[in-house]
Amino acid sequence: MTGAVTTGAAPAGEKRDRPLVRIRGLRKSFGGHLVLDGIDLDVREGEVTVLLGPSGSGKSTLLRCVNHLERPDAGFVELGGEIVGYRPGRGRLHELRARSLTRQRAQVGMVFQQFNLFPHLTVLENITEAPVAVRGVPRKEAAARARTLLERVGLAGRENSYPRQMSGGQQQRVAIARALAMEPRLLLFDEPTSALDPELVGDVLAVMRDLAVSGMTMIVVTHEIGFAREVADTVAFLDGGRIIESGTPADVLADPRHPRARAFLSAVL
Amino acid sequence: MEPHRTFPRARAVPDHPPHTADALVKAPGPRGPSDPPPSADEPRIPRPLDVRPTDRELLSARLVPLRRPGQWASALVLLVLFAMLVHTLLTNKRFEWGTVGDYFLRGSILHGLELTLWLTGAVMASGYLLGIGIAAMRLSRNPVLRALSFGYVWLLRSVPPLVQLLFWYELASLYPRISLGIPFGHEFVTVKTAHLFSGILAAYVGLTLDVAAFSSEIVRGGILSVDPGQAEAAQALGLGNGRIFRRIVLPQAMPAIIPASGNLLIGMLKATSIVSVIAVQDLLYSAQLIYNQNFLIMPLLLVATVWYVILTTLLSVGQFYVERYYARGSGRGGGRDGGRSAGASGRRLWQIARGNIPLFGRTRTDLAGLS
Repeated sequence: MTGAVTTGAAPAGEKRDRPLVRIRGLRKSFGGHLVLDGIDLDVREGEVTVLLGPSGSGKSTLLRCVNHLERPDAGFVELGGEIVGYRPGRGRLHELRARSLTRQRAQVGMVFQQFNLFPHLTVLENITEAPVAVRGVPRKEAAARARTLLERVGLAGRENSYPRQMSGGQQQRVAIARALAMEPRLLLFDEPTSALDPELVGDVLAVMRDLAVSGMTMIVVTHEIGFAREVADTVAFLDGGRIIESGTPADVLADPRHPRARAFLSAVL
Repeated sequence: MEPHRTFPRARAVPDHPPHTADALVKAPGPRGPSDPPPSADEPRIPRPLDVRPTDRELLSARLVPLRRPGQWASALVLLVLFAMLVHTLLTNKRFEWGTVGDYFLRGSILHGLELTLWLTGAVMASGYLLGIGIAAMRLSRNPVLRALSFGYVWLLRSVPPLVQLLFWYELASLYPRISLGIPFGHEFVTVKTAHLFSGILAAYVGLTLDVAAFSSEIVRGGILSVDPGQAEAAQALGLGNGRIFRRIVLPQAMPAIIPASGNLLIGMLKATSIVSVIAVQDLLYSAQLIYNQNFLIMPLLLVATVWYVILTTLLSVGQFYVERYYARGSGRGGGRDGGRSAGASGRRLWQIARGNIPLFGRTRTDLAGLS
């Protein structure tokens, strides 16, 4: 019933109006330290949202709440009409059992700063693991699709390498292919280029740009202002656990109104 | 240019003082042309110390590894000690190697060996299955499971295995009947325990519970050594918890688990001999039964010892292969690909030997120091 929002049966107007991701009043603290202080954010289908802000401003925590790697203290994340991590009932939100949570997470891909590839598995095994185990895709089919994805990220023929035999930029592109293999509705990027040597950043950003052009919905935490300016539909600036400024890159990046945003951007640019 | 390549420092180079080159040419006949002249004012090093060698000289210089005379000396001492050990083992008549040979393949010894082997195998297999579960419980978010796991490990590690064996064996004297029912209320099922635990079953149960407690801590340590980002990445892919544990976390915990588990396994191989207290005839007890009759104590202990040495050797070799399997993907070489390439099994055995002999247990470049 909630899924109707995203099916063809829904009225066209509603489908266009309802964002894929709706975050409302999200709060989270770690041991008394308030990390997220009431976040509201919408991400529409096919849009790229870039989260900017100084370290410790809550960008990564926000991202990790979207696929329930962190459990929020208050507020909610809605994905395609479903509350992430909870089942609403009798005026309460009941945390989901592992099985349902797994099903939800399978719709959201995530790319980490440290890649987090499985080092004991080959590139091909890294990519096919989840489709085979979670979606029940036949192994051969998954492998064929994995090869297509590797080609797409510019790593054709590397399927039998182990992650540690590859450069950071290559590993991150494998991680993107791994996330794409689950055919997610949303991709989360947590500082995907921060652990990379400068000359390897370009390859990863190019892959992400291609993804954005192909219509993938993405939330990206990054310090690459150039990427934000060029690719993002929305830029949200976080400070102290709040979104202090958001809008088109042209507005936020060129003419930030909030003094904190202005100070940060002048330091980064 | 040929001489320059082999002896760059002894020969003339373009920036040399001219008199040195002359001296070399004018070497007197009887001494042979290759001997340097012994005159006092002739410098050994054909130029001042403050002149730096040219790049070409440096590039063509032969690299001489550091000599390690200490290694040679200690190797020699060890060899002598080892020879002494072999000598006394072979020449001391009281070891009675002939008798050892007579009993080595005796039926009762082989039966004992068989029991030792399968009891060890069964105890380790079921103990580890339990232990992995207990480790997972200890790391779960569920406080009931955590407490249960902690309590189990605390209790089982506190009770000496010998006491535990006797407990299970003598269960009938403590609890003549076991019944399933509501406490202080109705009983549904009642079993007499008199014939519940034979000696061998008591041994199996007692040792399994013991191994489970110790192995769970080994496994837990291994799991804690795995980067939490790995589990997160698997969660983000939507993998289920069981799958994450079996497919992602446990294989990566294995390198940390194996060495300690090898210890536990080999320890258990010998520790199974405590089952003799409940009259189960394992390898060591079979030997004891024989020497209790014929008083050939040392030879029969040697029979058991040699068997234990053989088994331990086989297990150590096995451990090497298991370790290498789980090291796949680590390091740039790609462990599994290298391991699966055909042939060269002799070379692998040599690697095992090198790994276990301290002097050779180094990398190939270190070996160069011995030449």
